[in-house]
Amino acid sequence: MALAQADVLAGLQEIVEEVAGIPAASIEMDKNFTEDLEVDSLSMVEVVVAAEERFGVKIPDEAVTDLVTVGDAVNFIINAAK
Amino acid sequence: MSRRVVVTGLGATTPLGGDVSTTWSALLAGTSGVRLLTEDWAQTIPVHFAARVAIEPSEQMQRVELRRLDRSEQFALIASREAWKDAGSPEMDKERLGVVIASGIGGVTTLLDQYDILHDKGARLVSPHTVPMLMPNGPAANVGLELQAKAGVHTPVSACASGAEAIGYAFDMIRNNRADIVVSGGVEAAIHALPMSAFAAMKALSTRNDDPARASRPYDVNRDGFVLGEGGGVLVLEEYDHAVARGAKIYCEIAGQGLTSDGYHIAAPDPDGAGVQRALKFALREAGVSLKDIVHLNAHATSTPAGDVAEANALRAALGADADHVAVSATKSMTGHLLGGAGAIESVFIVKTLQDRLAPPTINIDDLDPAVTIDVVRDKPRALPAGDIAALNDSFGFGGHNVVLVFKSI
Repeated sequence: MALAQADVLAGLQEIVEEVAGIPAASIEMDKNFTEDLEVDSLSMVEVVVAAEERFGVKIPDEAVTDLVTVGDAVNFIINAAK
Repeated sequence: MSRRVVVTGLGATTPLGGDVSTTWSALLAGTSGVRLLTEDWAQTIPVHFAARVAIEPSEQMQRVELRRLDRSEQFALIASREAWKDAGSPEMDKERLGVVIASGIGGVTTLLDQYDILHDKGARLVSPHTVPMLMPNGPAANVGLELQAKAGVHTPVSACASGAEAIGYAFDMIRNNRADIVVSGGVEAAIHALPMSAFAAMKALSTRNDDPARASRPYDVNRDGFVLGEGGGVLVLEEYDHAVARGAKIYCEIAGQGLTSDGYHIAAPDPDGAGVQRALKFALREAGVSLKDIVHLNAHATSTPAGDVAEANALRAALGADADHVAVSATKSMTGHLLGGAGAIESVFIVKTLQDRLAPPTINIDDLDPAVTIDVVRDKPRALPAGDIAALNDSFGFGGHNVVLVFKSI
């Protein structure tokens, strides 16, 4: 099932707001998880598990290290859902 | 010249209040912090009540902090923030700042809640924050991280003596010149069906379900066990010259500590109190205070049938006739028993007692146990004399741990 970028971004915004307490509006495509959003390695695990549940995709551990920005995660999820 | 240790900051969150001043007022007023629990599980176990904190951490912290921190860690940060601010948020070399915060059981509710998730939903949904939340050194580690303490972060674990032992460890860090300031104390957050059922299985808890506020009754002839409490207390300890040089407010001095172990039983107190007597003697010898100056004891007195009398007898045996001028307060009658937090909040109370020269009351004594031959402060606070005075905190833990701390006016 194809996912729209706007929907995936909105879903991730909700997840990151819940996990890291960052207001959804400031969670933009070019934001770096660690440097801009205070999502450390432990919280990234929470984001990944929540995203897998929400979008019905698998995000393998090897892929997680490449998800540096919110945009990386959005694109990965869209591709994984195709 | 030996390094002297003084108290320059206090913080607490307890069943009587979300900070030191609220707690202290409620304590002097003889208020009970014990209530019926409202959770569904409470009715399914033998004991239906406990002493929860008066102010929930959710009213004092950010949502994300709450999510990443065990309740015991939340208490540690709340009390430490208050204590650090009270100490004037000192500017200092962080390599000379230490943290020693104890807990008896650590993040037990996190462990049990995550077990439920593992059981119900599978391993994938177990939180990645579980280990930093359940480890007993988590409260100290989080405070150390926030304050950037780099002289050492430690967590002594000795059941219900842990909080007092932490303060003693901090005292040693300063005397041994490892640090100039140490944030010290103890916390506990174990109000949950499993720990409560386990303490109940030992017959350690009061089962006075029809009258919770009167269940914690140290020294009363009808006492039937302790009441579980939660929360924590933190003291900022500082080397005397360091405190004077920065113009800090100095509450009092910690002058000595005594540490012993019973070698008697894993949970029961030695009825002769020999280990307690030795701890008292060591602490008094180290403090070098005159016995006539000892005017107050904040007793361990948990409201168990065996423990209260053993402690009172040990005090009498160690001090002899000098026990007659010691005003004894059993504040667990109001706060319940905070386990690893007990020795810490009770040390906070002693510092306030020396400051205000008022010993807090012991409530719920309808009939004083005739076996208790010490001078218990009942129902109303009692004024303490002017001049040089000293006060004792004693704490004991399952395992046979005995800790005595000596505080003196300055």
